[in-house]
Amino acid sequence: MLDGTKAELTERTALRINPAKTCQPIGAMYAALGIHGCMPHSHGSQGCCAYHRSHLTRHYKEPVMATTSSFTEGSAVFGGLANLTTALQNIFSIYNPDVVAIHTTCLSEVIGDDIPTIIKKARDEGKVPEGKVVIHTNTPSFVGSHVTGFSNMVTSTIKYLAEKTGKTTDRLNVIPGYLDPSDILEIKRLLGILGVSSILLPDTSGVLDTGLDGNYTMFPKGGTTVEDIKSMGDSFATIACGHFASHAAATQLENQCNVPAGFLELPIGLTGTDRFINAVRQYATIDIPEAIEEERARLIDLMSDLHQYLHGKTVAIAGDPDHVIAMTQFLVDLDMKPKYIVTGTPGQFFERRIAEILKDSGSNATVKQFGDLFEMHQWIKNDPVDLIIGNTYNKHIARVENIPLIRFGFPILDRGTHRLFPTVGYTGAKRLIDEMVNALLDKKDRECDEQWFELIQ
Amino acid sequence: MKEIEIIPEREGQVQRKGNVSAPMACNKKSAAGSVSQRACVFCGSRVVLYPISDALHVVHGPIGCAAYTWDIRGSLSSGQQLHRNSFSTDLREMDVIYGGEKKLLLALRQLIARYKPKAAFIYSTCIVGVIGDDVEAVCRTMTAEAGIPVIPVHSEGFKGTKKDGYRAACEAVATLLGTGSTEDVKPHSVNILGDFNLAGETWIIKKYYERMGIQVVTCITGDAKIEDIRRAHGAKLNLVQCSGSMTHLAKMMEEKYGIPFKRVSYFGIEDMSAALYDTAKFFSNDPTIMQRAQDLVREEVGNIYPQLQAYREELQGKKAAIYVGGSFKAFSLVRALRLIGMQTAVVGSQTGGPDDYKQLAEICDEGTIIVDDSNPLELAKFVLEKDVDLFIGGVKERPIAYKLGVAFCDHNHERKEPLAGFVGMLNFAKEVYSSVMSPVWNFVPRRQPGRAHTGMPSAQEKSVSLEEKTP
Repeated sequence: MLDGTKAELTERTALRINPAKTCQPIGAMYAALGIHGCMPHSHGSQGCCAYHRSHLTRHYKEPVMATTSSFTEGSAVFGGLANLTTALQNIFSIYNPDVVAIHTTCLSEVIGDDIPTIIKKARDEGKVPEGKVVIHTNTPSFVGSHVTGFSNMVTSTIKYLAEKTGKTTDRLNVIPGYLDPSDILEIKRLLGILGVSSILLPDTSGVLDTGLDGNYTMFPKGGTTVEDIKSMGDSFATIACGHFASHAAATQLENQCNVPAGFLELPIGLTGTDRFINAVRQYATIDIPEAIEEERARLIDLMSDLHQYLHGKTVAIAGDPDHVIAMTQFLVDLDMKPKYIVTGTPGQFFERRIAEILKDSGSNATVKQFGDLFEMHQWIKNDPVDLIIGNTYNKHIARVENIPLIRFGFPILDRGTHRLFPTVGYTGAKRLIDEMVNALLDKKDRECDEQWFELIQ
Repeated sequence: MKEIEIIPEREGQVQRKGNVSAPMACNKKSAAGSVSQRACVFCGSRVVLYPISDALHVVHGPIGCAAYTWDIRGSLSSGQQLHRNSFSTDLREMDVIYGGEKKLLLALRQLIARYKPKAAFIYSTCIVGVIGDDVEAVCRTMTAEAGIPVIPVHSEGFKGTKKDGYRAACEAVATLLGTGSTEDVKPHSVNILGDFNLAGETWIIKKYYERMGIQVVTCITGDAKIEDIRRAHGAKLNLVQCSGSMTHLAKMMEEKYGIPFKRVSYFGIEDMSAALYDTAKFFSNDPTIMQRAQDLVREEVGNIYPQLQAYREELQGKKAAIYVGGSFKAFSLVRALRLIGMQTAVVGSQTGGPDDYKQLAEICDEGTIIVDDSNPLELAKFVLEKDVDLFIGGVKERPIAYKLGVAFCDHNHERKEPLAGFVGMLNFAKEVYSSVMSPVWNFVPRRQPGRAHTGMPSAQEKSVSLEEKTP
């Protein structure tokens, strides 16, 4: 970088350059923040916790709370029992959360700490106050990616807490996936218009998008309450958005409490949102309200108004698998040509699913799971694209190759407003079109010869 | 906001000036279960070595440690940008079981062939310390094979604190010293230790020394090139800015090469001037150096003073809270704030030593709260208690300050303007002014006592007619 990437492709067998992923624990920390009154706890060295908090803070521009077991050399040799026990005691006596959600790190995984036993011991010794909840998930950093960690935390939360009383409620579970708070709010707004009462897990709205009220609150108002998580076992159905981030949790709930599950993709773009709305309609047995039809019609109106600017435009997309899958579908809806499609998260499903989506589109894309941005940059150097869609880490490529970057996914470290505007739903689709068309036209306006510079587009 | 207790174990790490009985109980590991703002050994090593821009930096471990330290510091390079890539062995489950040495060797072989770097730093992460990879052996093999120094950095996250990471970085740099020719090193020469060229700060400082007739052999590590570090042992004096990270290296160089060192700071007029004068005094065999230093200070201060005065008038009496990584930086900030009329009400650091805190107490006003290794709740509590107008800190503190309705200045990796040197003092004043005096704070609850939310009347009170309300 910035001049370091060469077009010449060479075999790399043991090396990651410029990753399109990060490690499991940060995903688990983010998921835990979507539980009301929850303190995420990182069972490992201090650095993990500090890095995750900094990274999340840069993306959300909000205080991010989490505690750490602060491993020492002693803990690495003798195990983390003492540290975790002291930590639990300190956390409850000082910060007093409703829930502590522990995730492991590569260090504690390799040492082999048995977290459930440590929790039980702490409880037996009276270090966990009555009525407080302690849950855990295993997040070895050398397996999967941050998306895996997110999925593990959501799944474990359900495993620990969801109960079936036998009385089915009129509520629909939605496991929305690794989304921003603004996306969660948009999903809730849609469910409100559809008139379906719901429980979302995790729900980071009201946690990582709070207003300035002059107070610093360690546990803001938002997040799914323990009571709601428990009652997820009684809901009439679950809709899980995203194969990688959400499906495992819905399967767990189905097995544990017999709640029927619908396995969807993220409701990003026209088709993605249609499928989501349709699934809600079927599970909740409702008619689609006029207001939703109108929203959808406006999106299609926009797509018709601007289709000529998007037709055939080639795109490189990199990011988390659920996001990239949904975005690929949307690009096909928009008559664009996804050309390079990369996720850093391992999983063959990604390549299979992308192939299905692209089957009839005429797009001949290079698709890679467990890939990285360095390689994608090399592909672009060999044969460029019109647009790049991905997180902030794509900005080096965008600059060197002079290709507009649409910031999308996690993390966005260099812009301030993305976290407040949804990318999901018909609303989110309109915004994505806005960004894409404007980026293409701005580039043309900036760079075209004077005689081609037009006032009216 | 409800009163927050201090964690009992942390009581020795909070002091109020004028009411202190024992030295600061610092250098402690953070209490398990506290929301510490501190990082780990790896972080310490990584931030110190990161700016060496023509070296390969390879993180040996699972992806996270490499991902979180990818292009994070605004350490500018005048040459290559190699250091801004993220190179990692991305260890997987099988590597953890069977060991990652082979993978590391392959990775290094491929990377060195591709980039032909001048040296390579190989960072060990937590897991490497547990699975027992012999990183040193791999580095020895690669050094022999590639003919460049391939240097192991012993930065396993759990093996101490961030400070131990600084130390490991110093040890790594030290292996390069004494390996280059000092032929062109002049009698009046220095090394700048502990500046990281954030927003180009090293370049500013280097120019000052050059104007004084002093050669800067290298900076360690801002915009450092391997060739220059190799001949750093030829310099006659080491100037240590970030003392927390670089004192160890300075002491090693003193012992091995007889190079004395001075602690300096480039923040604020007083400390910046003192740094130049101290250096000039050291080279007193050439009185023209002092003369040039005096001319330089006069000229530079003359350039910025009128503007500083204007800021001072506006900022007079405002209060600040400081929470930074190194304590020496805190000293300079206290003084720099005073120069623009502001008082420090709360000050703390992640890595200060007992003497640092004692010295800090000496330069602060009565009642100033001094903290070591603090956490967000504590910091928020002190900010509200002291009703400060400005918070100076790093990435994790910014949103907390804003939530409280307090202005903020980033004095860490994410600063965008150079804050060092005389011009840096002016930038600092500008940045503080632009945040402290922003009209946004007029809308926050803290500055609108009794006005919750919009401050608009309730439905019952809507007797006021619209005409009356419209001016």
